[in-house]
Amino acid sequence: MINRRQAPAIKDAVEFELLLKPYELFTLDNGIPVYVIRSAEQETLQLELVFPAGSWFETESLVATATNFLMKNGSSQHSALEINEMTEYYGAYLNRNAFHENATFTLHCLTKHAAALLPVLQEVILDPVFPEEELGIYTQNMKQKLAVNLQKCEFVANRHIDKYLFGEFHPYGRVSSMEAYDALQAESLRAFYKHHYTYNNCKIFLAGNLPDDIIPLLNKYFGSTQWNGENTLLRPELPILPAEEKKYRIFNDENGVQGAVRIARPFPNRYHPDFSKMLVLNTIFGGYFGSRLMSNIREEKGYTYGINSQLYNFRQASAINIHTEAGRDVCEATVAEVYKELELLQQEIIPEEELSLVRNFMIGSILGDLDGAFQVIQRWKNLILNDLDENYFYNNIRTIKTITAEELQQLAKQYYNREDFYELIVI
Amino acid sequence: MIHFNKFTLSNGLRVIVHEDNTTPMAVVNVLYDVGARDENPAQTGFAHLFEHLMFGGSVNIPEYDEPLQMAGGENNAYTTNDLTNYYIELPAENLETAFWLESDRMLSLAFSEKSLDVQRKVVCEEFKEHYINKPYGDVWHKMRELAYRSHPYRWMTIGKELSHIEDARLDDVKAFFFRHYRPVNAILSVAGKVTTAQVKALAEKWFGDIPAGEKYLRNLPVEPAQTESHLLEVSSKVPLDALYKTYHIYPRQDQRYYTADLISDILSGGGSSRLHQVLVKEKKLFSNIDCSHFGSLDAGLLSIEGKLIKGVKMKDAEKGIQEELDKLQQEVISERELQKVKNRVESMLAFEDMGLLNRANNLAYYELMGDAAFMNREFEHYERVTTADIHNEAQIIFSEKNSNTIHYYAGN
Repeated sequence: MINRRQAPAIKDAVEFELLLKPYELFTLDNGIPVYVIRSAEQETLQLELVFPAGSWFETESLVATATNFLMKNGSSQHSALEINEMTEYYGAYLNRNAFHENATFTLHCLTKHAAALLPVLQEVILDPVFPEEELGIYTQNMKQKLAVNLQKCEFVANRHIDKYLFGEFHPYGRVSSMEAYDALQAESLRAFYKHHYTYNNCKIFLAGNLPDDIIPLLNKYFGSTQWNGENTLLRPELPILPAEEKKYRIFNDENGVQGAVRIARPFPNRYHPDFSKMLVLNTIFGGYFGSRLMSNIREEKGYTYGINSQLYNFRQASAINIHTEAGRDVCEATVAEVYKELELLQQEIIPEEELSLVRNFMIGSILGDLDGAFQVIQRWKNLILNDLDENYFYNNIRTIKTITAEELQQLAKQYYNREDFYELIVI
Repeated sequence: MIHFNKFTLSNGLRVIVHEDNTTPMAVVNVLYDVGARDENPAQTGFAHLFEHLMFGGSVNIPEYDEPLQMAGGENNAYTTNDLTNYYIELPAENLETAFWLESDRMLSLAFSEKSLDVQRKVVCEEFKEHYINKPYGDVWHKMRELAYRSHPYRWMTIGKELSHIEDARLDDVKAFFFRHYRPVNAILSVAGKVTTAQVKALAEKWFGDIPAGEKYLRNLPVEPAQTESHLLEVSSKVPLDALYKTYHIYPRQDQRYYTADLISDILSGGGSSRLHQVLVKEKKLFSNIDCSHFGSLDAGLLSIEGKLIKGVKMKDAEKGIQEELDKLQQEVISERELQKVKNRVESMLAFEDMGLLNRANNLAYYELMGDAAFMNREFEHYERVTTADIHNEAQIIFSEKNSNTIHYYAGN
């Protein structure tokens, strides 16, 4: 008869050796670096081109996102429809994204189709024309989408909290608007494109099962010329103007049955020594299912379907942001409980059992995240784009494995003071 | 090709093992053959509420999550109209922890009043977050009721109304557990850095002595063929008019299901698909339009939904859609267009198979349909579809009397 009350022995995750598989680095003829993680198990690959072309670099609102989006919607050779036809015929996905710092194009396809798809990708990156007609449709549709989103309390709350943290003129705090969409001009997009999508600003990240001739192919389509010329981009730090007032209540929908709660404060960026320590404290506080916030506010009180605390990964400055959607009647009670939990971490030392659970959980979760070539290249990309190397990764692991309860309490005393937090409820 | 081994314990628990030595992780997936379709119409949302209660402690283990997190693991679960699925992902060295936890909650739950009380509230907040406090959040409740008259697909997994969840009692919870959560109604699939011998030994050790339970025999009301079109007009505080249409399609294992799936891709799989190209880009009737289908085990619905460009009239938008459907009914599509959507499926299946978790989930799901080996034959069903099949099915599916329509107006 087995004893079901006795947990099976486990290997402590702190004993796991986490290894970040090294990448292969190739350089195309024009100097573009290609970072590669190979795997032979599947018949798929992922190819990503990254440019410093995020909202950081725009001088007019929404230009970075619109440029990135519309690059795929027409070249001098083919219409948007034809470009879509050419990629979709092969069952490929060509996604584009613009973030705060970078803008990306990602191709996912079956290995056997890669050679047929590269010419299309080349056209999208090297030869977009930004047709007026496409811009008109884009603007119209994005405005409609915005109108729908503005009815959602969580969307409105996200916009406001970032504005309080960074100021509305900083790229981290700037928000979209109907007026900004209306002001978009094809000419500005073309100019933004020319300045930012240049060969010397391009980095390529490649993962999966790769055709033998992938590097010659990349050379052929992206490595042979100095496309769009050379442009050195400056990236000055921009002034952050946080709001003076700390406490906000907004009524967005008088019939709303829930409120979006946001409690947030600025925090140093990833280059600061407290950042990796805060990753651990934040996990304990609100970063996993068993966190203090979830245990109290969901599992004990049932105020919400979920509550989390996140640490922003922005480059210039980070922030701690506690966010949840809670029942309308219990929003204020939720805010009070969040502060109670913050203070508890300042006053009482974290029990060894809980700390060791979180260490194991975090290490186990990184082990799972490193499973597969696509995941590994993602890790590398985050390091490389932030001018970091594997030492940063291994230092974080060391922090998770060795940080003490005393250090965490110290950290809480420094960063978990309620007067430093912005507090917002949007109903 | 996904390799696996399969065996059944003496209590009827079906076990599937997928060995993959390239990962340091293991996934333990337990699928229970019960979903929202098995609920009493007066107690909807129960299967999903129950899923929450599965985390409230079991008979010998007061806390489910803590020991798992201590072992470096993560877990989650989902409930659909057809089934309930629980999964754990953890370092393979700690595999036994997952067996210990999953077997104890299959043996029996703790059935705590406190857990029921809290999870009722949590699920009510989930209901509000996704279906009440969102523009258009109620539309699928309305659509299911419009399209189904008998079959339990007429309510959503979350439940028909908040009161059904609020009224759930502990006795109902117990009865539900012992009716559905028995080895004979479950499938265990284990994937990752494991061996079949190891899984066999662990399965025997932890699940072997759980009483088999009675096989649940599903006897659901059959949805009669729809004989006339249904229309519902709604006005709500939303910024844009929206149009929703659905059509009855086929059960998951009917060959015609695959034809319907490809039809939905022809209409809206990507930027080059017909509805997007014609109605968003050329005619500018919609700011977005999508076609999808339930993918359910019993006969589901194929849906077309879009938000109208401000100023466009509902009847013009509807006419735009109808013209595209007429085209599919009148003209046989080209071999190239058919090949495109088949290529899309081939690629999608390949990407799905990349994740260990997906492979474990899917093996259990195909086993539920009769045999895990079906997973490796899925693409053959798509390959078999011809342009003539698409043409024939378009006439049947998109016949007026098979349609359900919601005009969702922006009002106050």
